[in-house]
Amino acid sequence: MPFGLLKYGLSRRYPEPRRIPPTPDLKPSYDVVIVGGGGHGLAAAYYLSHVHGIRNVAVLEKGYLASGNTARNTTIIRANYLTPEGVRFYGESVALYKELSETLDFNIMYSERGHLTLAHTDASVRTMRWRAEVNTHCGVRSELIWPDEIRRLCPSMNLSDKARYPVLAALLHPPGAIARHDAVAWGYAIRAAERGVEIHQQTEVTGLRIEGDRVVGVETNRGFVGAGKVLQAVAGSSTRLADMAGLRLPIRTVPLQACVSQPLKRFLDPIVVSGSLHVYISQSARGELVMGGSTDPYALYSSRSTLDFKEGLLAHMLELFPFLAEVKLLRQWAGMADMTPDFSPIMGLTPLANYYIDAGWGTWGFKATPVCGKRMAETIATGRAPDILDAFRLSRFAEFQQVGERGAAAVGH
Amino acid sequence: MNCPLNGPRNISEFISAGEVKAMPDPVRASDAEWADYVFTQSNKAGVVREWWCHVPTSYWFIAERDATTDTILKTYPPGEVFAERRDFAPISEA
Ligand SMILES: Cc1cc2nc3c(=O)[nH]c(=O)nc-3n(C[C@H](O)[C@H](O)[C@H](O)COP(=O)(O)OP(=O)(O)OC[C@H]3O[C@@H](n4cnc5c(N)ncnc54)[C@H](O)[C@@H]3O)c2cc1C
Repeated sequence: MPFGLLKYGLSRRYPEPRRIPPTPDLKPSYDVVIVGGGGHGLAAAYYLSHVHGIRNVAVLEKGYLASGNTARNTTIIRANYLTPEGVRFYGESVALYKELSETLDFNIMYSERGHLTLAHTDASVRTMRWRAEVNTHCGVRSELIWPDEIRRLCPSMNLSDKARYPVLAALLHPPGAIARHDAVAWGYAIRAAERGVEIHQQTEVTGLRIEGDRVVGVETNRGFVGAGKVLQAVAGSSTRLADMAGLRLPIRTVPLQACVSQPLKRFLDPIVVSGSLHVYISQSARGELVMGGSTDPYALYSSRSTLDFKEGLLAHMLELFPFLAEVKLLRQWAGMADMTPDFSPIMGLTPLANYYIDAGWGTWGFKATPVCGKRMAETIATGRAPDILDAFRLSRFAEFQQVGERGAAAVGH
Repeated sequence: MNCPLNGPRNISEFISAGEVKAMPDPVRASDAEWADYVFTQSNKAGVVREWWCHVPTSYWFIAERDATTDTILKTYPPGEVFAERRDFAPISEA
């Protein structure tokens, strides 16, 4: 194997075939134009071409594939939400993820770790019990566990009752997992391209051409493109695109920061989240500790990092894992999260007849990539949103029918 | 951030409370108008006008901020925008 690698490295002809085709010329029009080449846009293209036989599709991405939040997230995949609508939706996604390496014949390095949400107060013990009941009722595995069991699953954590905020209990969600984020985007892109989907990188949508209640095409930095139907899947830029469509959204764009440590020998198996301490941590396949917390305190269109964030995050992290005090940080970054008031996404139809929306993914959208792609493709193909998406419709705000997931999504993404 | 009451203070002493919006009449507004007021955000990638509060002194004021460069352009007391008091509902007799 090392010799194979050496030969590969020294070979003049790059032996690996190019799998994502170079950006072609734009055609005058497509049946479906997808704006945004993140995981969501690419997954929708995959399911359109593979399940619904719609192949005359273009994905337009202003940067490179997965350059938005798809390759910035901390890859937590779980279904232990609070509302039955949420649990059912994310549950379908976890089921699709488990099979995804096989489905795509592309290794997304899916790693089931178990997910622990710690409770440090009586109020959060009550929320954990509530989530465990709703999850179990919806067929998703979750249970409330106590410090003895937590110690068994995560021996390196400080479970002393002398801590400032002692750990009282935890919600254990065994299917909780992590995966390789950019591989998810590449896998969908490669297989969609094989069916004829065109992927246009460096292609920014700068305007929408609207006639009556229909979109007839999109303006780009490479010219006008006609479209039978348009899907917007641009996460942090959702408001900017929706403005072009004349839609008003209940979204604020807020930075979400994260960081990783230098690689360490494997010691941390589960993903650990503490809502009260505003931190979460997992150990990647490379041994790096992947760490993050809640979003920045105010809205901003920028992906800068701040010292405030790291000080707050790591001070709390040391309460849980004091021995990390000697460990160095390796990288830090941020993404622009499209936050909704109820911490649930917005998916489905819009007031424009052939314009579909996939937005409001805030800090929780990586885990939904497969289900959202699959169900949005179905929505586009049939012109009707399936039942599983109904609760997440854009009109829910005007109807005062929010899907409140703050208690299960504010810190643990 | 320059607090109109306390002068320049560390940003961690403040909370941001969202955009300054024109409130429709709470008694006469339709559900749709009220929902639009409560939930919809202009979320502009540009200069925004927002409510902020200096937490240690509970002082509310308005700030103008460029939401693409993270620079605060101007802060001033709300009295500069809101000239008169708005009550939510007439005080009930009961
Ligand atoms: C630090 C961080 C940690 C996170 N952790 C988790 C987690 O642990 N678990 C989880 O489930 N979620 C997590 N998330 C959220 C998750 O990353 C996102 O919700 C998800 O990746 C959204 O996917 P997307 O494909 O919709 O968006 P993106 O990947 O952002 O793709 C949108 C694309 O649209 C492009 N675009 C924008 N405007 C235009 C335009 N006008 N024309 C053409 N293209 C355009 C952008 O360049 C971008 O590539 C995290 C996010 C961040 C920032």
